[in-house]
Amino acid sequence: MADAKVIPFDEDRPRRRMPRRVRAVPAPEPVEPEPSAPAPEPAPAPAERGDAWDRRIAGGLAFLRRRITGEYEVDDFGYDKELTDQVLMSLMRPLYDKYFRVEVKGIENIPAEGGALIVANHSGTLPLDGLMLQVAVHDHHPAERHLRLLAADLVFMLPVVNELARKAGHTLACAEDAQRLLEAGELVGVMPEGFKGIGKPFGDRYKLQRFGRGGFVSTALRAGTPIVPCSIVGAEEIYPMVGNAKTLARLLGVPYFPITPTFPWLGPLGAVPLPTKWTIQFGEPIPTDGYAAEAAEDPMLMFNLTDQVREQIQHTLYKLLVQRRSVFF
Amino acid sequence: MGKVVLVTGAARQLGGRFVRRIQRDPEVERVIAVDAATPPHRLGSAEFVRTDIRQSSIARVLAEHAVDTVVHLAVTGGRPVGGGAHSAVKETNVIGTMQLLGACQKSPTVRRLVVKSSTSVYGGAPRDPAVFTETTPPKSLPSGGFAKDAAEVEGYVRGFARRRPDVAVCVLRFANILGPFADSALAEYFSMPVMPTVLGYDPRLQFVHEDDVLEVLRLAAQEPRRGTLNSGTFNIAGDGVLLLSQCSRRLGRPTLPLLLPALTWVGSALRAVGVTDFSPEQMRLLTHGRVVETTQMREVLGFEPLYTTTETFADFARSRGNGLLPPERVGRAVDRVAAMLDADGPRDDVDTVEGAKR
Repeated sequence: MADAKVIPFDEDRPRRRMPRRVRAVPAPEPVEPEPSAPAPEPAPAPAERGDAWDRRIAGGLAFLRRRITGEYEVDDFGYDKELTDQVLMSLMRPLYDKYFRVEVKGIENIPAEGGALIVANHSGTLPLDGLMLQVAVHDHHPAERHLRLLAADLVFMLPVVNELARKAGHTLACAEDAQRLLEAGELVGVMPEGFKGIGKPFGDRYKLQRFGRGGFVSTALRAGTPIVPCSIVGAEEIYPMVGNAKTLARLLGVPYFPITPTFPWLGPLGAVPLPTKWTIQFGEPIPTDGYAAEAAEDPMLMFNLTDQVREQIQHTLYKLLVQRRSVFF
Repeated sequence: MGKVVLVTGAARQLGGRFVRRIQRDPEVERVIAVDAATPPHRLGSAEFVRTDIRQSSIARVLAEHAVDTVVHLAVTGGRPVGGGAHSAVKETNVIGTMQLLGACQKSPTVRRLVVKSSTSVYGGAPRDPAVFTETTPPKSLPSGGFAKDAAEVEGYVRGFARRRPDVAVCVLRFANILGPFADSALAEYFSMPVMPTVLGYDPRLQFVHEDDVLEVLRLAAQEPRRGTLNSGTFNIAGDGVLLLSQCSRRLGRPTLPLLLPALTWVGSALRAVGVTDFSPEQMRLLTHGRVVETTQMREVLGFEPLYTTTETFADFARSRGNGLLPPERVGRAVDRVAAMLDADGPRDDVDTVEGAKR
């Protein structure tokens, strides 16, 4: 972990001091844009309410009709916008709003249009952070942008999971797909730590792992899209991974087999994530359009930019950890 | 002097249509149709030569008629014409191509070669990118069946192009060909009353219409138009993507999701009784799907397909008649429910509707 030394200050200290210091200096309440999720409106008159129900039923039936007759569109990647908006997002929203109570900061750093690459840290044993990031971008961004996540090949090997992932707009984390999406002006989300990040032991929480080979930077450079660093706090503690049954993992063909205080001891009940409080912060975008065309082939520049993104995410993580009052509230 | 076009695989439905189409071209003087079996359809004014391209007699045909354009359509995944073993199809695909290319190499008159290939040369695996371009290397080579044949045929064609740089070689990789007359394995699959699918997978499919296939073959067999280039390798597919689940709903044919091993078993059972040709590469298509990029086709070859994937499929569906659950009837049922709810008053049955939506 030679590259971990780019972080200039001691990694453990802020976390240890965190609770006391935060009580002394309360974090400024972030100004959060009103979520676009239906806010409770003042009770409408009965006739109006009937109308609303009418419209909902009509909308639901029209949706049902389109679905069962197959009259809907998917894009080349298999992204089913209608299903994602109407069903998949609604399924994730309770988890997002009520369970993890995700707080979103810096949403204005995501451009309103055109391609951008969101680079986030990865944690939590199961990739719930990716899904929550997708809901966060869609529900908080004024343009209701859809995040297209790049996922590991394991996702596309598993039955059912691959089908849902494609329909939710995810695709394989490879340079071809990422570049195609970015050039089409899509918002692409990537977690360059990959399995090293999501499957790291609990003791290493909030320590960024190596950022792959920095392929995401060259892809963004080729497409000329900005890189938006994103720090997710709270996902590390949903499944505290205290051990890794490597032999079992190899047998099952997965990169790691998590052992948490509850899993696999309590069976399926142990797979319920802990209700931690999450914060997702988007940082200042790093522009990539000022470089020459051959810059994407320059390994030195790639490493520097990768380090810059990584450092910015790590700094923000520590800052958010210092502000955090408790893991659960 | 006009052109002399030789078309292989003329006994198949697509080959026959292409023979009839190309002879109407003013530039074309004569069309020589070749196949090992006598075609069941008319070939117009074309000259039919019954010869097996697996034998060296094909060289004589090329020399005798001073052929200058060869359109090689005898690369197919379907069943042999007039019944026969699967191994005969494979032999025609591979050995036939080798013989034909050998004959072309010897022939001083051949100036242009068009080969029908398939996008199945890309394979299709979870590790593959979502959209294949002409230069994408396959992550896992097809292990058998038509996909392997097509990959091998393309290898031989590349070798031929190196040895005869004076011959313009065009390889067209077609997506799944559908249309009112389609007789491919996929068309048979879509005609089953209940379609077995792989549980937990919803592949992305792309189609190309028969009429577009004929048109692009004609384009490739001619001199290139201004500003276009018709030698090289091109993906040919209609715009857009349909999921298998969408296809089944639009056809009104219910699906039967099966676990992959069970589907393999059902597939071999169906194959044994001869209902449909459920080959391993079709299983692969139905698991992972396949989507190709068609920018090269538009910008270099200069071809704009008339039909999108969706329109191709609609045209095919019209020709096949209704399934067990025709979409119109299902749609009407939903409309009736909507009318009923309207009559009952808006606030009733909200829960059932919400439940039905799931």
